Amino acid sequence: MAERSFAKEVLKLRLGAGDTFDGEGILAITKALLENGVGYVGGYQGAPISHLMDVLADGRDILNELGVRFEANASEAAAAAMLAASVHYPIRGAVTFKGPVGLNVASDALANLSSAGVTGGAMVILGEDYGEGSSIMQERSHSFAMKSQLWLLDPRPNLPSIVKMVGQGFELSEASHTPVILMVRIRSCHVTGSFTARDNCPPPFSVKDALASPRSDYKRVVLPPESYLQEQDKIENRWPAAQDFIRRHAMNEHFGPSDGKIGIVVQGGMYNGVIRALQRLGLADISGATEVPLYVLNVTYPLVRDELLDFADGKSALLVVEEGQPEFIESDIAAQLFRAGRQVALHGKDVLPMAGELSGKLMLDGIGAFLKKAAPELLPAQRRAPNDRVDPAIPDLTGAVPERPPGFCTGCPERPIFAAMKLVTQDLGRHQIAGDIGCHLFGSLPPFEMGGSTMGYGLGPASNAAFDGGGEKRAISIIGDGGFWHNGLSSSIGNAVYNKSDSVIVVVDNYYSAATGGQDVLSSRADNPAKSTGHPIAAAIRGVGVTWIRQIDHTYDVPKMKAVLHEALTCAYDGPKVIIASSECMLNRQRREKPLRNAAIREGRRLEAPRFGVDADICTGDHACIRLSGCPSLTLKALDDPLRDDPVAHIDQSCVGCGNCGEVADAAALCPSFYRADIVHNPGRLEAWFNRLSARAIAALQRRREARRLDFAKG
Amino acid sequence: MPDQTILPDAGPVDPAMRGLIKLAVMAVGGQGGGVLTNWITDCAKAEGYAVQATSVAGVAQRTGATVYYVEMAPAGVSAPVFSLMPAAGDVDILLAAELMEAGRAIIRGFVTPDRTTLIASTHRALALTEKIVPGDGIAQPDEVVAAAEIAAQRLVLFDMEEIAQRSGTVISASLLGALAGSGALPFVQSSYEAAIRASGRGVEPSLAAFGEAYARAKTGQNQMPGRQDAPSLAQGDEPRGPDRLRRRWLALVARMADWPEPLRQMAKRGLVAVVDFQGLDYGADYLDRVQAMLDRDSAAQDYCLSIAAAKYIARAMAYDDVIRTAELKTRSGRFHRIRAEMAAEPDAKMMLREFLKPGAAEIAGMMPRRLGGWFAANPARMQALGRIFGKGRRIRTDRLGGFLQLYLIAGLKGWRRYSFRHAEERARLNDWLAEVQRRLPEKYDLGVEILTNQRLIKGYSDTHTRGLDRYGKVMAALRLVEARNDAADWARRLREAALADHTGTALDGAVATIRSFSDPPA
Repeated sequence: MAERSFAKEVLKLRLGAGDTFDGEGILAITKALLENGVGYVGGYQGAPISHLMDVLADGRDILNELGVRFEANASEAAAAAMLAASVHYPIRGAVTFKGPVGLNVASDALANLSSAGVTGGAMVILGEDYGEGSSIMQERSHSFAMKSQLWLLDPRPNLPSIVKMVGQGFELSEASHTPVILMVRIRSCHVTGSFTARDNCPPPFSVKDALASPRSDYKRVVLPPESYLQEQDKIENRWPAAQDFIRRHAMNEHFGPSDGKIGIVVQGGMYNGVIRALQRLGLADISGATEVPLYVLNVTYPLVRDELLDFADGKSALLVVEEGQPEFIESDIAAQLFRAGRQVALHGKDVLPMAGELSGKLMLDGIGAFLKKAAPELLPAQRRAPNDRVDPAIPDLTGAVPERPPGFCTGCPERPIFAAMKLVTQDLGRHQIAGDIGCHLFGSLPPFEMGGSTMGYGLGPASNAAFDGGGEKRAISIIGDGGFWHNGLSSSIGNAVYNKSDSVIVVVDNYYSAATGGQDVLSSRADNPAKSTGHPIAAAIRGVGVTWIRQIDHTYDVPKMKAVLHEALTCAYDGPKVIIASSECMLNRQRREKPLRNAAIREGRRLEAPRFGVDADICTGDHACIRLSGCPSLTLKALDDPLRDDPVAHIDQSCVGCGNCGEVADAAALCPSFYRADIVHNPGRLEAWFNRLSARAIAALQRRREARRLDFAKG
Repeated sequence: MPDQTILPDAGPVDPAMRGLIKLAVMAVGGQGGGVLTNWITDCAKAEGYAVQATSVAGVAQRTGATVYYVEMAPAGVSAPVFSLMPAAGDVDILLAAELMEAGRAIIRGFVTPDRTTLIASTHRALALTEKIVPGDGIAQPDEVVAAAEIAAQRLVLFDMEEIAQRSGTVISASLLGALAGSGALPFVQSSYEAAIRASGRGVEPSLAAFGEAYARAKTGQNQMPGRQDAPSLAQGDEPRGPDRLRRRWLALVARMADWPEPLRQMAKRGLVAVVDFQGLDYGADYLDRVQAMLDRDSAAQDYCLSIAAAKYIARAMAYDDVIRTAELKTRSGRFHRIRAEMAAEPDAKMMLREFLKPGAAEIAGMMPRRLGGWFAANPARMQALGRIFGKGRRIRTDRLGGFLQLYLIAGLKGWRRYSFRHAEERARLNDWLAEVQRRLPEKYDLGVEILTNQRLIKGYSDTHTRGLDRYGKVMAALRLVEARNDAADWARRLREAALADHTGTALDGAVATIRSFSDPPA
């Protein structure tokens, strides 16, 4: 069950011909798949395309009605491998994952798929996780398209363009027997807009039809000598077919005058940014009508040579607007122009930055610089002169504003694991710690600073392999349940067993693939009617030969967590020691339990609502508790007391009562200022009576003592 | 890279571009930025605008900083081309759901004097880096407010979080109210309210917060960020209690009658703290000690010494021990305060669990002086003591049994004067004040700094031990520089270093610096 329900969005998938679809880009793509007769869909979740998977999961009924197979694949590699269905069968298939990391994982299958070629349209919907909001290393997916010869679609970031590209992408794939990648950037995935819907179309040839009449052709198998022939086929047939299709269907677009002296070649995804810069320069109107000729590459790979040379005809200078590095497109264009003997000045990364997102300011400055060099007459006089408008100097706040990196949510069950680890480190010294991909990687940030590397999904323990021989202190690695099932079981756990690794592996099991939005995994506890869940991680690792296993079913028990870690690091056993630390992701748990709690209160059932607090007059303002927590709800309060210099700890109303504060105060012997208050809703009659009695006795004792001393309390 | 000085952003742009409205929301994950964006776009659509929204959720939803961006164009513009991200120098309306996020927006150039209406909540959601400092690491709001006043064309500033909380909702609702009340968008109030109603969840609290923030923004009056207000002790009210005690209290207060005003104010607070800790005799002792400093002080020096003395002697005398903790935890006022904080109905049942883990030092501290000293002198004995008594205890103080345990410990207050801890505290207090007196009158400033060093000693168990250790290090390092004219500066620098991090790295660095110029060459 994902952390959000998409029931409302799923209704939009039912829109018919002529209806207006209104919503986010990623949902529009989902709708377009159904309109284009897709036969099967799959993928692996991850920002920014998680919602596509979530919507498909919630849209089971519609998919079933249409006869579309949906698979939540175990990894991007599994997803890409599923496209094999389009090799021999005329079935359109689409899978989705994030790029470029998903492509890294999927590249084995994609390379084989590309070599074999496809019969039905095969499409990867790729969420390019680049620039602001990205959670991964900053690279481009472009090179994958180049190395395996997959066509790369990069539509203009508006819903009609993206939706149109889904249909054209399938056709291009079929026309050229080549899989395609439809790339959408973070903001395009979340951009809102509308388009006119068409009716959903059941696949003309379904996966069930394929099973009824199987086909195979050894010419599509990647084995010599066919593999050599397949490479030749790519160059001799598929490539020209693709170029021809792209040109004939005008997949790339031209805007502006046909006779300009200069021009801009732009990736489809960068189109809006270029138009905004031209609008600000007075060279385009609000609707995008531009005075500068634009050649918009909605297909960024392959380049269509003739189209490009036609655009360059009669122009003295071209600017290539391409985000990120290396500048594949600009280099390709340079080569084409040179080979054709064209005398045209080529600009690109000389006026735009090589690395990083092309923000509005960079685009404005870059295009401005290009125009100033190549066509100063297009700029009004005052634009060519330096800026003489004097703005008041805005003070530099970089020193005054604290950084705000992401971290564990309020009540996160992973926090106490890292608190325990930090406490163990205080006893046993620092250890070599490696992380994986997932929420637990926030443990490498302050206040815990546990772990200094991440090498990829499911590879945390594997990345400690060099240290697995053991030594004075054992190496620790951490892996989440998402990474565990992605490929950690074989690449990390199996690897450790086989190599007799003398190290400690902590599997953080929060019942979901939590960082990507709370999708279920094999070991999820939730009842999922469509999937098979409830397969314990402990059983899986026992199956691959781990014998030293400690299962912790309540990570908030910091003393226990600490004792188990201590044991793993100091015991005599010299094989892999695996600790499974299990507690439900608090974000998902709150979403699940909140309605149940409200119902219980409404219906008069007994319910305890816990929250923690700090006695401000007992807290001395050392903040040691925060250095073992980092919980958003555990914050500071400056007291209006001239005797106190330092702000004291304070727990705000967002506290969910997870218990970490009390446990840590206990395990670390911090201070007595924490308390836990439980409001009891609908107590039983006996309980209420006993409570009144206690309260009365306590009040009497308090009055007795307060009558004998001076009372300075207000009120 | 291009030269950055060209291209002023003005000139014959398409006049229709002036109707284009660019709005960015800077929020912290979990503040409802997505909901707010939806309300704004729904409202814009209802008013006939063409509108586009984008966001960069990613991992930022996990408590990090995040941005939402909306562009809208009035009806009649054919197929406007919108940008997908805010550009520096080109944002009309910036909503900041937290004060430092407003600062971040200014850093990123999203707030400029020629066009931007900045609507920001003045409350703080503290970043982790501010919270983990052992002293006071909270970023100062003044700089951000000052920059906002320069950078914004119009500024709407008040605490929108507080309004949201009072209405039982999240800040997205009050931010929308502030946006509507500011009049920065050409939409009517009812459009916004209709958008909230249409969203269908938590409508009434959202409307209440919207309404209050709307009215607040309409007044055009900004409110500057202030310190949170939570006084735990009376500020001038006289105590309640038996007449006999109150008469003696008044007599103590009368002793301060001819003290200079700023000192009297501080000493009054100090006296309250000390009397609250251990009674009126203890208060008289406190006044004696402050008087001893006042005798060496003068108006020419603004009474800095005696004010510091009034503050820090009170802190040192009202130390944190088990008896104190038990007393504070069993007072009736605390029970009322917690009930109010938890928003418990007057007769609702509230369970209250205390998390206590007295260490060996705290147990020995409660013993008679000689016995406690016997234990403290030997680490093995202390360890044994810790094993026997030092278990984590969870005490239910809403039940009579649990309450009585703490109540009885609090009843040991009279005994405290004979305890090992008290003897230790007194010895340290005397040594500390002697260190001050020894430097007077020549090293007046150094004396003030030494008094202020009391700030280093705080906490319980290990934290307390670490504090004492740092205090010792600072005092030892001071002896190396006390002959210098800038000894007081060094004292301040050492203390600030000791409070800067918990690992002691900064302090060790400062001490090493001092040694580098104070040690005789080898």
